Amino acid sequence: MAARTVTPRYRLGVAARCAATLLGGYGVAVLVAIAGAWALPMAPIEAATTGTIAALLVLPVAAMGCFWASSAARAWIGIALFAALFGGIALAAGWRP
Amino acid sequence: MTWLHDWSGLVVGWLLFAIALAGSLSVFREEIGDWARPEASCCVADSAQAGAAAVRWLSTHAAGAPGWFIQPADARSTTSYAVWADPKAGFVQKWLDARSGSPVGIRDTLGGDFFYRLHFELQLPYPWGRILSGAAALAMLLALLTGIVAHRRIFVDFFTFRPGKGQRSWLDAHNLLAVVALPFHLMIAFTGALTLATLLMPWGALSAYHGDAAALSRALYPAAIDRPAAGRPAALAPIEPMLAEAERRFDGGLYQISIAHPGDAAAVVTLIRAEDARIGIEAETVSFDGPSGRLIAAHDEHRPAVATYNILYGLHTARFADIAIRWLYFVSGIALAAMIGTGLLLWTAKRRRDRQDAGYLLVERLNLGFVAGTPIAFAAFFLANRLLPTGLTHRADAEVRVLFWTWGALLVFAALRAPAKAWRELLVCGALTGVAIPMADVASGAAAWNGVTVGVDLIALIVAGAYATAAALVLRSARATRQRTAS
Repeated sequence: MAARTVTPRYRLGVAARCAATLLGGYGVAVLVAIAGAWALPMAPIEAATTGTIAALLVLPVAAMGCFWASSAARAWIGIALFAALFGGIALAAGWRP
Repeated sequence: MTWLHDWSGLVVGWLLFAIALAGSLSVFREEIGDWARPEASCCVADSAQAGAAAVRWLSTHAAGAPGWFIQPADARSTTSYAVWADPKAGFVQKWLDARSGSPVGIRDTLGGDFFYRLHFELQLPYPWGRILSGAAALAMLLALLTGIVAHRRIFVDFFTFRPGKGQRSWLDAHNLLAVVALPFHLMIAFTGALTLATLLMPWGALSAYHGDAAALSRALYPAAIDRPAAGRPAALAPIEPMLAEAERRFDGGLYQISIAHPGDAAAVVTLIRAEDARIGIEAETVSFDGPSGRLIAAHDEHRPAVATYNILYGLHTARFADIAIRWLYFVSGIALAAMIGTGLLLWTAKRRRDRQDAGYLLVERLNLGFVAGTPIAFAAFFLANRLLPTGLTHRADAEVRVLFWTWGALLVFAALRAPAKAWRELLVCGALTGVAIPMADVASGAAAWNGVTVGVDLIALIVAGAYATAAALVLRSARATRQRTAS
């Protein structure tokens, strides 16, 4: 990394990926927890607990995904797709924000 | 991934180093407490008797409190821990003698509970310390996962160690420490975040209960009766039969006794089983009506997801563990701290040649202050326990202040002094502080010569030896560099 010239464009990309990780990644994890709580066919407390455990596993994976993606824009697209997926599941199961 | 590993590790590295050290000490929370309160080391305590003694003492000394929480003394702890809200003084915590139930004559100290609280509350007001340490746990999980990718060859290079080669040696040590206890590190990072899940990720559970936290709590703890005070006084029924009934049902020991609205007609006694025969927090709970002593609720946790959560939580706190497993947790925790420490030093070693900018200098000095200074500051707490006069007012606070002033002074010292000299001096200082603990134990005459004292003194001497060895290595490499430049 030291050999690479640090351009403003590069810095902007890193900032966008960090934002995707912290805001987007956390947002997706919240939606995983909610989708789990609403959609899993279990007692509410069981579904909520399972969703919460899954959400905490999703956080580091989402962070790695945001830096694995070939560009910051792709990282955000990935976040949006997963947010739509889990948000959709939660909405279909009856959750209203 | 290397970039993400370097930076996610650096940003929380110093914090995680202190958290890992405090967490390792927390494994011996009870034993450090026993060492710190030599006046209380009377006997092997029976939880039910100790709990009843604590309740008797609280009935006269904390009668006005809305509730008492007691963790009774047991085979590991010579004191019962009690905490309650005083209408005037706020939260009060006391360590009560197992037999008499009274704190009188026992030196005022937080003991091992200081490191336990520091581990996840970071001496910050609720909930910020907990949120910060939870976020640090998640960052550590991320640094571990990216570390496996960044150092792809760690498993192949496991038997490689090239000492005396600067960056290469730090990298080998970092990788070795990571691989040795990797499953433990992954487990402890994830379960650490999980213990704080109600703060880090409450949204799924809250949404399922439409934002009603009380309903969520009732679903989670069906046997914890939450009812308002009646406003009519009523004496608490004898506690011994309730404790005996709980132990009979649990077929095991007691972890916690909580009494809501003591002295009120609506008082509730709730008992939680110890993790002596079953991993997992709150595996079994029973509640009794306070004035009549009648059993009103019992819950044996067998709901798969909740039980899984409780077992993962229990894996982190290691309350289930016997002495061998506790040592394994301690050693793995120290390995984790050492891996974080070597990782931090590696960050500067990697950049030493091409980039000595302000950021580099900042990291170099913070590394010095935290990695060399934190164990010294922790050791100062142990020294303060032995050396501060036992009659001092607010003595427990004074011990904590000694730790933080030492820590602050070492950080300032590291920031101002030339790093090469500061390393040498701090390492020598660490060695001397380590040796001082057994000396203080002998000189103060306070220590009871038992396994706990031997353990604490032995660990202090091992730490001193490690610091002395590091100081010798630094001196030798400095001399070698001087000779090379001279010739």
